[in-house]
Amino acid sequence: MTIHAEPTTSPATVTDCAVELRGVSKVYAGGVHALDAVSVDFPRGRLTSLLGPSGCGKTTLLKIIAGLLPATSGEVLVNGKSVRGPGPERAFVFQDFALMPWATVLANVAFGLHLRGVGKAECQDTARHYIAEVGLSGFDDKYPHELSGGMRQRVGLARALAVKADVLLMDEPFSAVDEQTRRKFQEDLLRLRAIENKTFVFVTHSIEEAVYVSDRIVLLSTRPGRVSQVIAPDIPRGDDVDAIRRHPVYLDTVDTIWRGLKRYLD
Amino acid sequence: MIILGYRIPMAASLLVWGALWEIAGQLQVSFLLPPLSSVFAAMVEIVPTRTFLSALWVTGYAFIIGNFLSIAVGVPLGLLMGRSVIADRIFLPWVNVFLSAPLTALVPVIMVLFGLGQTTIILTVVLFAMWIIVLDTRAGMRSVAPSLAEMAHSFGASPWQAFRRVYFWAALPEILAGVRLGVIRSVKGVIIGQLLVTIVGFGALFQIYGSKFLMEEFWAALFILFAFAFLLAEGLAWLERRVDYYAASRA
Repeated sequence: MTIHAEPTTSPATVTDCAVELRGVSKVYAGGVHALDAVSVDFPRGRLTSLLGPSGCGKTTLLKIIAGLLPATSGEVLVNGKSVRGPGPERAFVFQDFALMPWATVLANVAFGLHLRGVGKAECQDTARHYIAEVGLSGFDDKYPHELSGGMRQRVGLARALAVKADVLLMDEPFSAVDEQTRRKFQEDLLRLRAIENKTFVFVTHSIEEAVYVSDRIVLLSTRPGRVSQVIAPDIPRGDDVDAIRRHPVYLDTVDTIWRGLKRYLD
Repeated sequence: MIILGYRIPMAASLLVWGALWEIAGQLQVSFLLPPLSSVFAAMVEIVPTRTFLSALWVTGYAFIIGNFLSIAVGVPLGLLMGRSVIADRIFLPWVNVFLSAPLTALVPVIMVLFGLGQTTIILTVVLFAMWIIVLDTRAGMRSVAPSLAEMAHSFGASPWQAFRRVYFWAALPEILAGVRLGVIRSVKGVIIGQLLVTIVGFGALFQIYGSKFLMEEFWAALFILFAFAFLLAEGLAWLERRVDYYAASRA
């Protein structure tokens, strides 16, 4: 009744969260209980990290949101609608980049658009735009094996951005690149988050990385994964990105999370 | 190999063996071994003859049709087996049986069923070539990186799009390796088929030359056949190397 009485507020409450999980559980065919009744919301326009001890099912959870894995029970709502498979409103960035080695950077980035039947010229224009945005201008015609690991992940990122999805799902995107490249990536992600109005779901096993880039951090317990805590570190992310790592809230949050996770080890 | 500061190419040993053959031939060690020079002379002589050209045509025809059929059936079957567990269970035992079986023993059966003509030869080629193509294509399909499959799925590829744009290309190095091995086997297939049927193509040619002790012509025809098979295999290996870089990069 109230839904009809207040038409202006009801869509707002529905679309407040880009992704909502309702009691999502996952039991693998072998009997491994990966996730147990995970209910968590991902606010629109924010970067939320999934963090937890190894084997806690954070990648499983991300793949369920992506529609790549079916949940054993529970529901995934994206923009208020229940989803069962992949959809154009979500894009995925893979840990191992998942680039097509036989295709150029341009063709790899245009892959998603191409599948949607976008015309060739528009495909290429959009792809070039995002290749430039991730800092790979001039590499359009290179092949993945001619690029460094960090550059390959930039291609993966550009491919996900090119389809203009609302939700960007990132599965430990920086774990396969070296430490220095990773730091640069983290800074670039903050810049990207500022200019692209998207909802980011970011899986990582690095506490520092999660605190550095996230608006919210969802801590998962050891297997079967449950939500043990949701932390929203209040760190000002101004122009000086290097100041973040020296901010007292950053240091305290890293410390708190480490104390919480330590008990799951050994 | 370097001798006295000179780099000696690998093919140089062929010259040494050729010279030995020539000497043995000139010394008339055996009537089976005519001098190499007269073999080459015979080669120049027989190539333009109608018997030879028609043998070449008949053989080439059976070879090309047989290979075409092997690839047309073998690649899709291998792709299917690589994707579908059910198809794999149904076909894999047969593929393995035929891959390891002494196929020459089956040729007389085909002869009984299809007569002493081109059909039998073509089927022999298929019998020799197809199974390795199936098995290699299957292996290629199974080695497609799981994340590449997930990538295609997550960007909304239909099964057909995923297959055409991702799986096929990802499996291409193995498919080409299978085709190369299939082509090499089908050279055996076409000659064994023709020899057993004996009245067709090179089989007939070898039959005539052998029974009349025309050893120069016999060797000349054999050389041409060897060279042909070798060049074919090398050409396909070259094609395969061109896609090798991404087979190695996918790990």
